[in-house]
Amino acid sequence: MNINVLSSTRNGALLAYHRIEHGFDKVFGAALNPWRHLGALAFLFFWIIAVTGLYLYAVLDTSVDGVYRSINWLSREQWYLGGVLRSLHRYAADAFLLVTLLHLLREFLLGRYTGFRHFSWLTGVALLWFIYISGVVGIWLRWDQLAQFSAATTAEWLDALPVFATPLIRNFLSANAVSDRLFSLFVFVHIGVPLLLIFGLWFHLQRISRAEVFPPPALAAGSLLALLALSLALPVVSQAAADLSLVPGPLALDWFYLFWQPLMYATSAAAVWAFLTGATLLLFALPALPHGAAAPVAEVHPENCNGCRRCFEDCPYTAIVMVPHPGGIPGRQLAQVIPDLCAGCGICAGSCPSSTPFRSTAELVTGIDMPQMPIGRLRRSLDRGLAQLEGKNGMVVFGCDQGANVSSLAGKDLASFSLICTGMLPPSFIEYALRGGAAGVLVTGCRAGGCAFRLGNRWAEERLAGSRVPHLRARPPGNVLRLAWADRGEEAELAAAVDDLRQSLAAERLHNKDPIADPIVPSTKMTAHG
Amino acid sequence: MARPISWIGQALLYGLFALIIGYFSSSPPYRHLPADQALIKLSFSHEGKLVSACRQRTAEELAKLAPNMRAPMDCPRERSPVTVEIDLDGAPAYRHVATPSGLSRDGPSTVYHRFALLAGEHRLAIRLNDDARTSGFNYRREEMVTLKPGKVLVIDFNQEAGGITLK
Repeated sequence: MNINVLSSTRNGALLAYHRIEHGFDKVFGAALNPWRHLGALAFLFFWIIAVTGLYLYAVLDTSVDGVYRSINWLSREQWYLGGVLRSLHRYAADAFLLVTLLHLLREFLLGRYTGFRHFSWLTGVALLWFIYISGVVGIWLRWDQLAQFSAATTAEWLDALPVFATPLIRNFLSANAVSDRLFSLFVFVHIGVPLLLIFGLWFHLQRISRAEVFPPPALAAGSLLALLALSLALPVVSQAAADLSLVPGPLALDWFYLFWQPLMYATSAAAVWAFLTGATLLLFALPALPHGAAAPVAEVHPENCNGCRRCFEDCPYTAIVMVPHPGGIPGRQLAQVIPDLCAGCGICAGSCPSSTPFRSTAELVTGIDMPQMPIGRLRRSLDRGLAQLEGKNGMVVFGCDQGANVSSLAGKDLASFSLICTGMLPPSFIEYALRGGAAGVLVTGCRAGGCAFRLGNRWAEERLAGSRVPHLRARPPGNVLRLAWADRGEEAELAAAVDDLRQSLAAERLHNKDPIADPIVPSTKMTAHG
Repeated sequence: MARPISWIGQALLYGLFALIIGYFSSSPPYRHLPADQALIKLSFSHEGKLVSACRQRTAEELAKLAPNMRAPMDCPRERSPVTVEIDLDGAPAYRHVATPSGLSRDGPSTVYHRFALLAGEHRLAIRLNDDARTSGFNYRREEMVTLKPGKVLVIDFNQEAGGITLK
């Protein structure tokens, strides 16, 4: 399969995925859409596994005779507590794997595995093996017929590698071969590998700032309740006790973790090795496959950087560090961009206090900027756009290259500007546009929680609401400033939002002769440039 | 979407999520072997005999060795491969030559093979050779076995227990 076919297949799947995601938006709202919190949901399920596992470990008897009896006792005799916790443990493990795989699929469809994201991708792929090892060994701790089948199958699968002097399967040939120490080993692996998993997750999140490691409370509560209801309605029970002299009967197989075991008997151990290692290697190789050129990275202009750390705080990918300023002023710092980590999103430029268009310099140069779309050029473009606005209700639309396409908007009363990310927009540009002749401003970008650069629309919203610096110094009166989040492909929704703003402005003007002649509160001392 | 409708939608989607988890965590059922079959597992880990006999070192040879290395017998490290054959109801069912493990081929030879068969009475003949210096087979066992459906019969090798064992 060549790269073009792969790319077109992925694009087709992405379209289908967007339909699903937007469908969920209608039910959950964009901010609580579980598809946008898959990684955080995986964390939630992991912690449910950890907490319920503590109780299971306390009652587990790791002797050959006791291991089945102690686990089975929970479901039979203490169903109201131990049984529920056991079921939660198991279902959370399945949910953990499922949302992790969906997380992987989503990031793939969105193309989030190359360039600056390759580190998170590679560490995430490696963690899949940890999840599988933890889960499969956990199933063996029941030591029922399912555990017997799975342990023996895994031993046969591992024995296909010519590395063991004595085949592992000999540990599962007869009841005499199974000892208490075997279950101590299983417990060690079942607890030790998740601890390594936590360590691996720390690596996985190393290049992400403000990683979401817990879903929004409403989503967490809903997910927990769903698993709790499932645990009560369909409690997990052990199958018949393991008996190595018999072939296990019909098995209630956990297909999430054990799908490859029936596959092995349908094909061969070598085929399953080839499939699993091939899939892993393919996932590892994805970042190295040919893809579009990397976006230019942010540039720091030391003469305009005052070391305020706002870009450092706002960068979604920890691509900015603060270093001593070369000017030698004690305590003053300078932002420095780590090119390999920079997404080229421009969020840093939007956070820079030097990015205000009200500065009187002829050529606006800010502290940290994007070479492909400097803030100075944006001011010049805005000046031109404002000059060309027709009618009394001219509007300015700021959007981004990732969300709904603002260039699709029509109207002589409208000037649109597409930034790399909406988070790149310094709020002062809104004030500048309103002072420069626009009657209204609409800011758009990816849907809530769906920013292609993670935090762009969130920072934009907080800055405009005044809860994050640099903030809009004063909220314009009336409805002259609108936010309308819309993903790529939702240009019709964006156009509807623009029409709504247009009608609102017209209505306001009808009722009030000139309500937005100077929409910014008069306390401002700043002067408009140009 | 109106709030009550949204809540109902959320409840349905959470329910769907739980349904998917609950179903695939135990369904569809998987049967490893058809109900009328039994399983034979051949497995051993056995060190074949040395490929050649030990010989007595001469006095001159011993004198050339370091004092702490003057073992009177010179034995080869390499062990014989282990050959095993199984006939089932008079027909050849399996043959394998297991080479000794280790870089110097001085470790045990291991075999694992499983085959499913219809439950019932079967004549089983097992032959094993673990000595490269002898032709034919130095261990044999023939037996009529009755395998109930689902029964696992393990064929192993244990020298102390007399050679080929059936469990």
